[in-house]
Amino acid sequence: MNHSEFDIMVHALIDGELDAGHAREVESHAAEHPESAAKLASFRVMHDAMGGGALKETAPAHLRTRIETDFAVPASRVVPMRGFFKPTRRSFFGGFAVGSALSAAVAASLVLTVIRNNQEQTIADEVVSAHVRSLQAGHLMDVATSDQHTVKPWFNGRVDVAPPVVDLTAESFTLLGGRLDYINSEPAAAIVYQRRKHVINLFVAQHLGARRARTASESIQGYNIRHWSQDGLDLWVVSDLAGDELDEFVQKIASALRRPSSAS
Amino acid sequence: MDAGHDTMANDAVAEQERMRRFRDAALPHLDDVYTLARYLMRNPTDAEDAVQECYLRALRHFDSYRGPAMKPWLLAILRNVCNAEFARRGKEEVPTDFAQDEAVAEDMPMWQEPQVSPEKSMLRQQDSATIRRLVAELPEPFREAIVLREINDLSYQEIAEVAGVPVGTVMSRLARARAMLRSAWNATETAAPIRGAATASGLAS
Repeated sequence: MNHSEFDIMVHALIDGELDAGHAREVESHAAEHPESAAKLASFRVMHDAMGGGALKETAPAHLRTRIETDFAVPASRVVPMRGFFKPTRRSFFGGFAVGSALSAAVAASLVLTVIRNNQEQTIADEVVSAHVRSLQAGHLMDVATSDQHTVKPWFNGRVDVAPPVVDLTAESFTLLGGRLDYINSEPAAAIVYQRRKHVINLFVAQHLGARRARTASESIQGYNIRHWSQDGLDLWVVSDLAGDELDEFVQKIASALRRPSSAS
Repeated sequence: MDAGHDTMANDAVAEQERMRRFRDAALPHLDDVYTLARYLMRNPTDAEDAVQECYLRALRHFDSYRGPAMKPWLLAILRNVCNAEFARRGKEEVPTDFAQDEAVAEDMPMWQEPQVSPEKSMLRQQDSATIRRLVAELPEPFREAIVLREINDLSYQEIAEVAGVPVGTVMSRLARARAMLRSAWNATETAAPIRGAATASGLAS
């Protein structure tokens, strides 16, 4: 490693972007060259001083309120009222659509009194509860095996669907087993996977929330949730796994469903 | 009549649900979005307007959102909002994705690496206000890169996606950014700030 390479790689080392082999190369270069060692030490001091949220700004409360009221109600419902409530400040961002917070808040309160019952919200909450419950000792699996050909038939007669049970070991999602669970007072097949230390519950039933051809994302209490519909099944995925990794999982399941032979 | 009411109610439910999902996904990142806005726009009022516009745009595109993670997605939108605003103003601030910025910054004498001997090269700790000012004084696109990395805590890959450049460019920008920052940091230890506080007043407050 020459000095120019070091000057780039030292940052990747500090930022934890290097594998062990390259990290050792950078460190041994620093060990041999005092000026490189000094750079590494300096950059570490800077990195430590800037990280950990020390420099993070907190959004002012009035900004948070502004944005929350923007999204308190469908924008279309605000439009007729716009004429009455001109934005107080025609901002620098002349071309921007700056909504009226006041009208939005009023409209929101009206809509909320009319619409209470939100089934999908209930299901999302139940899915999270079921996931949390499953993490308690002894609740995770009724049938504990990484053999998909054992898990899938186990659901016969227990739920009225044939849930997709696929082996994703090659994609580093380990099949742990299956469980019978209840979501929204209906039996649902729960298929349990794991990536690293993160447990993933895949709930499958015939009627579980709105039919969604495209995957819906949300997070509740720090758990990431994905919901979509495919082949007449409603599928819900919940885990504390990072969102992008969970998306990867959803893609694997969805594509396995499209290839029924490999899912059986 | 009743059927019409039901349809309207269902539409409202669906819209309400969409709004709720958006809020749950996007609002937790408000501080991150605001922080980047402060460093890009350099003053609180412009930052707030940019953040609000960012969230409005994000909602419009939420249906087509498929990842990446929510935070970099929002930050990318914010960055576009800020650049659009700079382009609209057409002067003073320079949009961040002008390739010649790197060359311009290379020529800036105040950012040249001082000839520091190893024994006196250890950096002293600086307080947060000073560090904020030093970061705010960095020219673009280096300021953006360092904020996304150190403060927004994005990976190189995520920064590359937000800034719309290859990972290699992210790495060289970070190297430049930290080299400049180190010079300024060193200068701060021995002397008054090399530049007036005016440029950074937005963040020093």
